[in-house]
Amino acid sequence: MPEQFPERSFASRAWVSRWDLVLLPLVIGIFFLLAWAGSHTSSAVHVGAHSTISLSPALLPLYALKSTLRMLAALVVSILFALLVGTWAAKSRRAEKVLIPLLDIGQSVPILGFLSFALLWTLKLIHNVMLGAELAAIFAIFTSQVWNMAFSYYHSLKSLPKELVQAASVFQLSRWQRFLRLELPHAMPQLVWNTMMSVSGGWFFVVASEAITVSGHRILLPGIGSYIGVAIAERNLTAIGWAIFAMFVVIMLYNQLAFRPLVAWAEKFKMYPGEGEEPKSWMLNLLRRSAFVAAAVGMIHDIFAQFRRRRSPRSLRPPRERARIIKLSPRVSETSWNVTLALVAVVTVVLLARYILGGMGIGEVGHVFLIGFYSLIRVVVLVILASLVWVPIGIQIGLRPKWTRRAQPLVLFLSAFPANLLFPIFVYAIVVWRLNPQIWLSPLMVLGAQWYILFNVIAGAQQIPSDLREVANNLGLRGWHRWRRLYFPAIMPAYVTGGLTAAGAAWNASIVAEFVTWGGSTIKASGLGSYITEQTISGDQPRLVLGIAVMIIYVLLMNRLLWTRLYRLAEERYAEN
Amino acid sequence: MIQSHAALIELRNVRKQFTGSERQPIVVLDGVTFTLHEHEIVALLGKSGSGKSTILRIIAGLTPVTSGDVLYRGKQICGSEPGISMVFQNFALFPWLNVLENVRLGPEAQGLSATEQRRRTLEAIDLIGLDGFESAYPKELSGGMCQRVGFARALVVEPDVLLMDEPFSALDVPTSEILRDDLLDLWRERKIPTRAILMVSHSIEEALLLADRLLILDGDPASIKSELPIRLAHPRDRNSDEFRALVDRVYALMTRASASVVGSLAMFGIGRRLPSANVQQMLGVLDAVDEQSTSGRLELAELADELEMEVDEIFPLVEALELFGFAAVDDGVLSLTPSGNAFLEADILERKVIFGRTLLKRVALAHHITAAIEAESDHRVDEERFLTELNEFFTDEEAERVLEVLVAWGRYAELFAYDYDSGVFSLENPTVEGISD
Repeated sequence: MPEQFPERSFASRAWVSRWDLVLLPLVIGIFFLLAWAGSHTSSAVHVGAHSTISLSPALLPLYALKSTLRMLAALVVSILFALLVGTWAAKSRRAEKVLIPLLDIGQSVPILGFLSFALLWTLKLIHNVMLGAELAAIFAIFTSQVWNMAFSYYHSLKSLPKELVQAASVFQLSRWQRFLRLELPHAMPQLVWNTMMSVSGGWFFVVASEAITVSGHRILLPGIGSYIGVAIAERNLTAIGWAIFAMFVVIMLYNQLAFRPLVAWAEKFKMYPGEGEEPKSWMLNLLRRSAFVAAAVGMIHDIFAQFRRRRSPRSLRPPRERARIIKLSPRVSETSWNVTLALVAVVTVVLLARYILGGMGIGEVGHVFLIGFYSLIRVVVLVILASLVWVPIGIQIGLRPKWTRRAQPLVLFLSAFPANLLFPIFVYAIVVWRLNPQIWLSPLMVLGAQWYILFNVIAGAQQIPSDLREVANNLGLRGWHRWRRLYFPAIMPAYVTGGLTAAGAAWNASIVAEFVTWGGSTIKASGLGSYITEQTISGDQPRLVLGIAVMIIYVLLMNRLLWTRLYRLAEERYAEN
Repeated sequence: MIQSHAALIELRNVRKQFTGSERQPIVVLDGVTFTLHEHEIVALLGKSGSGKSTILRIIAGLTPVTSGDVLYRGKQICGSEPGISMVFQNFALFPWLNVLENVRLGPEAQGLSATEQRRRTLEAIDLIGLDGFESAYPKELSGGMCQRVGFARALVVEPDVLLMDEPFSALDVPTSEILRDDLLDLWRERKIPTRAILMVSHSIEEALLLADRLLILDGDPASIKSELPIRLAHPRDRNSDEFRALVDRVYALMTRASASVVGSLAMFGIGRRLPSANVQQMLGVLDAVDEQSTSGRLELAELADELEMEVDEIFPLVEALELFGFAAVDDGVLSLTPSGNAFLEADILERKVIFGRTLLKRVALAHHITAAIEAESDHRVDEERFLTELNEFFTDEEAERVLEVLVAWGRYAELFAYDYDSGVFSLENPTVEGISD
């Protein structure tokens, strides 16, 4: 049901699978390799074409448009990637074994730490600072959105109803027809929902990736993010206000013109519609009733039909089943493939160890794990605090359909609004009142993440069956007893999804939240996030990669040890059916 | 008369096995041989899980055979044939396509011109009585109308052979009757180019109303145990004596087939395919027999009528009653045994005792599980162990089903406790403190 935030995939039943043991060192190893190669060529960023950002509010619409286009570009790439990788993982068992844990690791990569890294590489490949930065930003936004989209497509391919697949086969649909008529439509509700969630989460990264400092050089890409970056540097509160307002308008338009129409449209593709309220959108109604749009859609249809006809020669149908039997049998290739992967993993671990111990020493690694622990404490405490606040409120809202109707769009809006635009306000307060940054910077981490918890709890509470509530009334279940026996168990699966997403978002946010600037002064809290930011600024790539690697490990461990278990428990015990 | 027509589909010595997770092949069909001729409707009958649907899917080219030949007009079938079309039990309509688009799938795949696609589609829609519903989505239609779309979609490609997988079982009685009559009219008046129909049915009456020939599938692995030509003229009257006699005959054939199976498998180890029967239903059957007849004997056809159940629902119950020795079946007649009587007459607690005793004595798996629990020092065993053992005989799904049946029986008999969350079998039942927690 798409009324939840992106569902995560839990690749294996064990908390760590052999694929993790192979792939995690491999991924980190590749990062290190890139860092090592990067540090051996000239690492200076030539700041030739430095664009200047004007703080004039009149230019904000243009900046907003540029930010939006950046998002759009990343989105197109993400969709293509999700379709390709999802298909690949669903259709090949061998690819599936590698890709699914890989996607899981991908979800745990701190995108902002990764950004500067990607930037240095694009700059190396493309000797144009602005274009390189542009590509790096798009790449970063892409990596922030693509994983759950790919997962969602993979899952819907895996869960295609058997009878429909058989019908497609009996009526001899071509590969292309299968994709257009069966696979894509079936995936549509989940894919659209996950895409929209990705875009919502993506605004944060758009803003963050437009103004970054790498190796001491500040690179500004024209957009709302760089606008606010300059405003912070100039301590211009008015300009910050304008930027927030502009973003507000952008998100509003995005919600009304893209998010809601698409989600309402995707309703059509649900297998079992009619559960809960159908999402509505005035924009979609407008489009559906417009003759012009109908004509355009008809034209596209015809073009596709032409294409299909030309591409479906019947004689090309191979006797699939027989072929598959022959292909499956040799287990030898399977084993050699496994052995190769294991060998590669061992070699990377050895190389990694040598490289890290040679370059930085074990002490540095220990230090990074220690400050990672500080960040972990922040994330855990803040997710708990946010839960304490939002779970009771969310349940109260979800139990009242009227409140829910009003609250859900608002929460969606808040979750899409990039929280980093609001950071300056908090930072200003910390500076003015001389608050302790170790404590007071922490709330910034959940500023955006908390909405995931609230949204999911509302959705969960909304689905509590009314007969269960009637029984609770009938038996006189009251107060704490009622919460413990009815409400908490009922919202458990939804809450776990929300908490997991929130924790992931908080880790990502720590990179910008633990290290903030106000004019010339810098405020930081010790933690993994500020470590990564500092290494980015100083351009120390090996240490940057170390920071990223440790964060991946922390996030993965937290997911596997805590969230996966909670999720399974919730699914098996509390979910209906 | 039937024999003189050409053979459309031929199955020769077909064997089909699935590979379980323990890499032990599980044979579901073995030595299946039959021919589908032109101008006949053949119905495949058999208990649920007997492999009826697998046969249809083999002919549809959806699943390959392990060995044996499957011929369509004398040529081996590999993959879906354009001349063979199928109607599905749960309609298998694409929910995001409207009626017109659903029916057009076949012509579209054949690469016909747009006008030809449209002409054929509308023709099929008219033929099956769907005109006016072209732009409706499946979710707007009733079950009966949905299955009409299923028929239109199968017929639009003008198939030689129409396969029907329990096409009426998801519909209510009056709807399925109308749809069946309409289909029969189209067939008898040759309004459709289809030359033969092979259907899988779960209802004896339905099969007898439509088919020219019945094939009864049984055994483990299954094969065709008997064949029955139906020479009644259409329209057939289900209340006629001839028809009733045929119903009884089919019940007798089906129980004779299964009797031999029970006999040969009675002493078998844990690989017994336990029927999905719950204790309350078993008691219900015993009660019905006891009430309906003083002699404690009742014809299965009558019992099915009495309980308003179809064959595939009643056979697992009968099989379970036989397994426990509570009833015996002979030539389509079910009779209570003394122990069945004792079980029925006992009070709630006594019943549990009788059931538990019989379960341990007659079901090897029950005995095996309790013994395994007692052998462990902490009296706890993980379900994984039993599932792995069952995988030697069954597919994953079947192993889980069998264990589920046994858990229900064992719980009723209070032989052991089973914790759903952890999947652990143990001796103790929850203590009083455990409950109040």
